[in-house]
Amino acid sequence: MSLPAYYTTKDKVWHYAFRVICFAIFFFLLAPILIMIPLSFNAQPYFTFTREMLTLNPEGYSLRWYQDFLGDDGWMRSIRNSFLIGIAATILSTTLGTLAALGLSRAEMPAKGLIMGILISPMIVPLIISAAGMFFFFSQINIAQTFLGVVIAHAALGTPFVVITVTATLVGFDQSLTRAAANLGASPTTNFFKITMPLILPGVISGALFAFITSFDEIVVVLFVAGVEQRTIPREMWSGIREDISPTILAVATILVLISIALLTVVELLRRRGERLRGLSPQ
Amino acid sequence: MSASDKRDGFVVFDKVQKSYDGETLVVKDLNLSVAKGEFLTMLGPSGSGKTTCLMMLAGFETATNGEILLDGKPINSVPPHKRGIGMVFQNYALFPHMSVGENLSFPLEVRGMAKSDREVKIKRALDMVQMGNFINRRPAQLSGGQQQRIALARALVFEPELVLMDEPLGALDKQLREHMQFEITRLAHELGITTVYVTHDQTEALTMSDNVAVFDDGRIQQLDPPDKLYEEPRNSFVAQFIGENNTLDGVVKEITGDECVVQLDSGDLIDAQPVNVSKVGERTRVSIRPERVEANKERLKEGAHTIKAQVLEFIYMGDVFRTRLKVAGNENFIMKTRNAPDQVRHKPGDMIEIGWLPKDCRALDHD
Repeated sequence: MSLPAYYTTKDKVWHYAFRVICFAIFFFLLAPILIMIPLSFNAQPYFTFTREMLTLNPEGYSLRWYQDFLGDDGWMRSIRNSFLIGIAATILSTTLGTLAALGLSRAEMPAKGLIMGILISPMIVPLIISAAGMFFFFSQINIAQTFLGVVIAHAALGTPFVVITVTATLVGFDQSLTRAAANLGASPTTNFFKITMPLILPGVISGALFAFITSFDEIVVVLFVAGVEQRTIPREMWSGIREDISPTILAVATILVLISIALLTVVELLRRRGERLRGLSPQ
Repeated sequence: MSASDKRDGFVVFDKVQKSYDGETLVVKDLNLSVAKGEFLTMLGPSGSGKTTCLMMLAGFETATNGEILLDGKPINSVPPHKRGIGMVFQNYALFPHMSVGENLSFPLEVRGMAKSDREVKIKRALDMVQMGNFINRRPAQLSGGQQQRIALARALVFEPELVLMDEPLGALDKQLREHMQFEITRLAHELGITTVYVTHDQTEALTMSDNVAVFDDGRIQQLDPPDKLYEEPRNSFVAQFIGENNTLDGVVKEITGDECVVQLDSGDLIDAQPVNVSKVGERTRVSIRPERVEANKERLKEGAHTIKAQVLEFIYMGDVFRTRLKVAGNENFIMKTRNAPDQVRHKPGDMIEIGWLPKDCRALDHD
């Protein structure tokens, strides 16, 4: 690709400088994540590259930390817990957040701004404050250190994402479609499931994804509210770093990164396919 | 219309009022009766209350006062999805996530109809609007005119007895609009359905309807068949709103039966037909249709009233000549004459004499 002929020296310098800056930003964002991946195959219990690794000697690499991880009951339990809590919290926050967004998008809804503010406050209030508050409150009603408590706490943190994404989708929603459906004989329930829901589904899916990831990598609330039985992956990693520094957590981190990439890709593909089917985006 | 057959109509509005804020009435005391099989158009400027009336009939708005009856039964407390009224929306409101076939199938599915019956009805409805080949398309893949046809087919597929149309042709170009006007009236008459049609386009109202209700300021100003509405407007608003209209202001000098003499502000005396003036000395606005004005002496009928006029502008429009005149101080007096071999083409500045029959000259209220 050649530069336009009218470019001055300054333009040319800027043209390349711009690319260097972009590359630097990507490097800054990705390097810490990418560096973990080779390190997790380290044959030695160090967090640095050994000489064997740098000379690409196969002796320097091993899968021992992965074996460690997969063979450990504590890690396995934390994976189960993370998915269990994440999925339950996602279902709860997606349902509640979608309903809230639908209500808030109605013209006759009073005190919209106030209610919206309260609903999205878990996003704004420092996490440590929410966590401490939940800890004291949940202790009072005896759901601290239970799965129910962690699920409810994570659902509260995830709901704002669902409310925001679904509200944004509803802004472009043509209300005459629900009127048309009612006119054609659809009861309010049929109307919701056949017309409204399919059309706002992309927003609901995005919100659900955010809610899941919020729960999946959350540590502060878990530290306060969860007991030994409810330890999640981040909680296990946290004690892993504090108690015995072993590259096992690098192996765990690598697996988590791969899971996140896979999850995002699948959901994004589903969402795009959905949009295309609905004729909402040009083919 | 007597009080008894008033409630006999298929659709009846009985003293209906509507207010959105509890203070100002958008619809004031609406009384209307639509016979079975009738094509009624609600015509009026925006904000006149016509769309609100349609929405009340469809069930999306509730009447503040009064009663709406459908086939003799009050429907104020029936929710929209139980009214069984077909409706064509202004923006068509086709479901974007469904194919054309699925859009048409929707009203039949919610009524629990078997698949084989649905397919027959869908095919018949699509053929009716000549869209049989488009069953698998999505709305986004159709042109505006095609979407309009699908919206019409969807409103008719479940065989409602009443169909409402809310400015359905507003987004189409002129040629397509004229074609669809014809299609809609043909279908409505063939199927024998009662139609309530809302528009602000007077041509549409005149060409399509059995009866037209002219709305303004939350009231029906006149309810009549198109020809009567055009030729015998009952007040100044209707005369101005329907078709082109020349007005001359003056004072009533004499009234005798169905004739009156009006002294125009310029001093000229003219004969007119009193419509809603009742006493001598009342301010009036006289209305004359441009095509009832004649400048050719030989074409003037017996008893025509003549007045001097100055030609200001001559516009050749092909089939007609449009001449702008200054008559009795009014510089926007239009005369429309047919392009015939013996017709004169006036030049600006010409002083001519024009005339009209007193019965074409209606003395209306002065607002």
